[in-house]
Amino acid sequence: MANGLRVLVVPDPATPVVGVAVHVDVGFRSEPEGRTGFAHLFEHLMFQGSESLEKLAHFRHVQSSGGVFNGSTHQDYTDYFEVLPAAALERALFLEADRLRAPTLTEANLRNQIDVVKEEIRLNVLNRPYGGFPWILLPPVLYDTFPNAHNGYGDFSELEQASLDDAASFFDTYYAPGNAQVTVAGYLDVDEALRLVEKHFGDIPARATPTRPSFAEPPPGAERREAVSDAHAPLPALAVGYRLPDPAADLDGYLGHALLGSVLGDGEAARLQRRLVHADGLVTDVSAGAGLMGPLDARDPDTFTVTAVHPAAVDPDRVLNALDEELDKLAAEGPTDEELRRQVARWSAALYQENDRVMYRMLGLGARELLYGRAEIAAELPDRLAAVTPDQVRAAAAALRSGGRGVLLVEPAGGAA
Amino acid sequence: MSRTAEEIGRTSAGPRPLPALGATREVPLPDVVDSVLPNGLRVLAAHRPGIPMVELRLRVPFAGDAPEHSAVAELLAETLLTGTATRDRVTIDDELAAVGADLGVTVDPERLLVSGSGLAAGLPDVLAVLANVLTAATHPDAEVARERDRLVERITVARAQPRTIAREALQRKRFGDHPITREMPVEAEVSAVTAEQVRGLQHASLVPRGSILTLVGDVEPAAAIADVEKFLQGWTAEHAARELLPPPPIAAGDLELVHRPGSVQSQLRLTAPAVGRADPEYAALQLANLVFGGYFSSRWMENIREDKGYTYGAHSGIEFVPGGGVLGLETDVASDVTAAALLETRYELGRLVAVPPTAAEVDAARAYAIGSLAISLDSQGGLASSINAMAAVGLTLDWLRSYPARLSAVTPEEVAAAALRFFGPSAVTGVVVGDASVIGPALRALGGVA
Repeated sequence: MANGLRVLVVPDPATPVVGVAVHVDVGFRSEPEGRTGFAHLFEHLMFQGSESLEKLAHFRHVQSSGGVFNGSTHQDYTDYFEVLPAAALERALFLEADRLRAPTLTEANLRNQIDVVKEEIRLNVLNRPYGGFPWILLPPVLYDTFPNAHNGYGDFSELEQASLDDAASFFDTYYAPGNAQVTVAGYLDVDEALRLVEKHFGDIPARATPTRPSFAEPPPGAERREAVSDAHAPLPALAVGYRLPDPAADLDGYLGHALLGSVLGDGEAARLQRRLVHADGLVTDVSAGAGLMGPLDARDPDTFTVTAVHPAAVDPDRVLNALDEELDKLAAEGPTDEELRRQVARWSAALYQENDRVMYRMLGLGARELLYGRAEIAAELPDRLAAVTPDQVRAAAAALRSGGRGVLLVEPAGGAA
Repeated sequence: MSRTAEEIGRTSAGPRPLPALGATREVPLPDVVDSVLPNGLRVLAAHRPGIPMVELRLRVPFAGDAPEHSAVAELLAETLLTGTATRDRVTIDDELAAVGADLGVTVDPERLLVSGSGLAAGLPDVLAVLANVLTAATHPDAEVARERDRLVERITVARAQPRTIAREALQRKRFGDHPITREMPVEAEVSAVTAEQVRGLQHASLVPRGSILTLVGDVEPAAAIADVEKFLQGWTAEHAARELLPPPPIAAGDLELVHRPGSVQSQLRLTAPAVGRADPEYAALQLANLVFGGYFSSRWMENIREDKGYTYGAHSGIEFVPGGGVLGLETDVASDVTAAALLETRYELGRLVAVPPTAAEVDAARAYAIGSLAISLDSQGGLASSINAMAAVGLTLDWLRSYPARLSAVTPEEVAAAALRFFGPSAVTGVVVGDASVIGPALRALGGVA
């Protein structure tokens, strides 16, 4: 659009529902030092009212139109969305446009949402075992720079210091229309949807868009290891983080790593399940995969993770050694053709299922468009995954073995089980 | 230099009116072909294309009285897909993966559920694996031994979760020692289970009569049912699967304070008697519940989250149990506001009775109930789970098809009557889990906390 807002329209004549999502090109990697957790706190503030909508009105209008809503803050983007009966399309566009144009930022709402966010953190991190494992705990082991290493949920002391001026500055800087994108998916007429988007978003004035910084930093080169104590955890756990190829520059290399994650961890026949869980009996559960918050969900740099929960009697080095041996085998010989074909079949099935729900299809297309400028990646994935060769997965395993890594050990502090 | 917050919140054009809703679009739900095989298995199949997949749900009623039942049942679920005379753990997974399929097995005091999906063209392959494990799973000694260790470890982890502690305390508080409370076995029970017991339970309880298999996807229902009959005809037993008996009615009473040392939050879990879907008052109950705490725009959520900031979330809902339903309220709050949150919760319960939902509140809840139902049915997986769950309580997809009309007919007076019947603070009991040394004094001073 003339004001710089990017628009993505995805019709589906077979569904009775429609979804609207706004993706903003700012995530917790961009929040300023001294203000950890601010991107997420700001996401909460965007639900607190706007020029035409008093506090609580956004929720009430979505739900009394028969819809559901949410928002979430990721490394590189923040999304806001609703899915509703198709009759509510224009209303949903109005609700999103009003807060992107003129959100109501008040001291009372800021204080209230700081309290709510603190309860969210108590619920998900402080009051439970393995809170923040591994998404908060692993990055500071693997990365050195503030954007990549810090806690995206935020420290309480820094959340409490957040001011209304911080919020105004954050909005003006990052929530410019040229730094955002609207995705409309579901039952709709394309021309009508474009007309309605123009009607509601078209008069948001263009503002300067921020220059997106590079978050690149050198790979660790060697192993780094840290241990943290968990007051609630009954069993030790470990997370291993490796660097991934840049999906924007080397998508096939990235997908080789994604399939390596499946060959290692997905299903009873996966390498780490067979070795660590069953043959050696070293761990209770193990998982592996590309992307700290999921595959293709961030720009470079992002993390390949392996996580495991294991009995206290098992030395974590035994788990790590077995992992290294399995990676060495894959780095030498690669997976078999059949093994890879089966994992690709499961990925394809999962992608079909993602496409079967308007919400997931909309969010998947929207995120890929925002992050990589190519929503089509979502549609091309089945073919691109099917084209990945055993040698590419072999190369991914070799890359993990040579690029250094971060190892996080979670040690039970005892007493709370 | 950026604008101030005040400047950001205002434009020269001023506030704008909310657009009206457009025309309602309805997409008819597919017909369900309903058939009972000679072995007693009921099969429900529906054609829902869009993606070339099929969803599968097999529900087997799985009640048991024996004290070790839940431990043996959990191990049966964990080892059902680990071996037969002709397949081992890895070949089972390989065969499923080859057709993009996944199967999972879960069990609770009421039922065992095999749930999964796969490429529609691979349905015969999935049914071949399913038939093999239903008729000939061997629960190999080594697999049972390994899964026993893992289950003990997982249970240890689960019981460190405050939500698990709260759930177990709530179930005991409201249902006493009825088998419905045995959602998770204790360590010693699991450690004592033998492979022989697991095989015995499969023979005795994993049976077709009384069980329901639902298939939804890019399949022709008649052909899918024929496939099921072809593969599962060898799954037989003389007796029927065993249904869980209804739990005793919930008795109102003081909340029980459960001490969790060092907790920085408290779990409030309140409960009261309610009714199930088949009850004529159910639609009014659902609307009253939405207004109270069943969605974000509810009185309880707007009060203790958006006004007070006591919690990240507060939710009330109707939980279905054999014979009907029960009301459940749950929220997690910081220790220092636990008493305040309980006070507000009781206030909102009382207010729902004394100041019943307005016509506007009822209309908003009704639109949400109808719209969110349509959204939940708009996928193969959502439709399959709904058809299976309805069938388990003797209802069909027709009940869901006509439910929006029944919701539309509910009057504010009927919602007020449901509020009076189900939400009075005098009907409630429950538990509070938290650090008693921090939250105990104020809670006890409020009263109604034992």
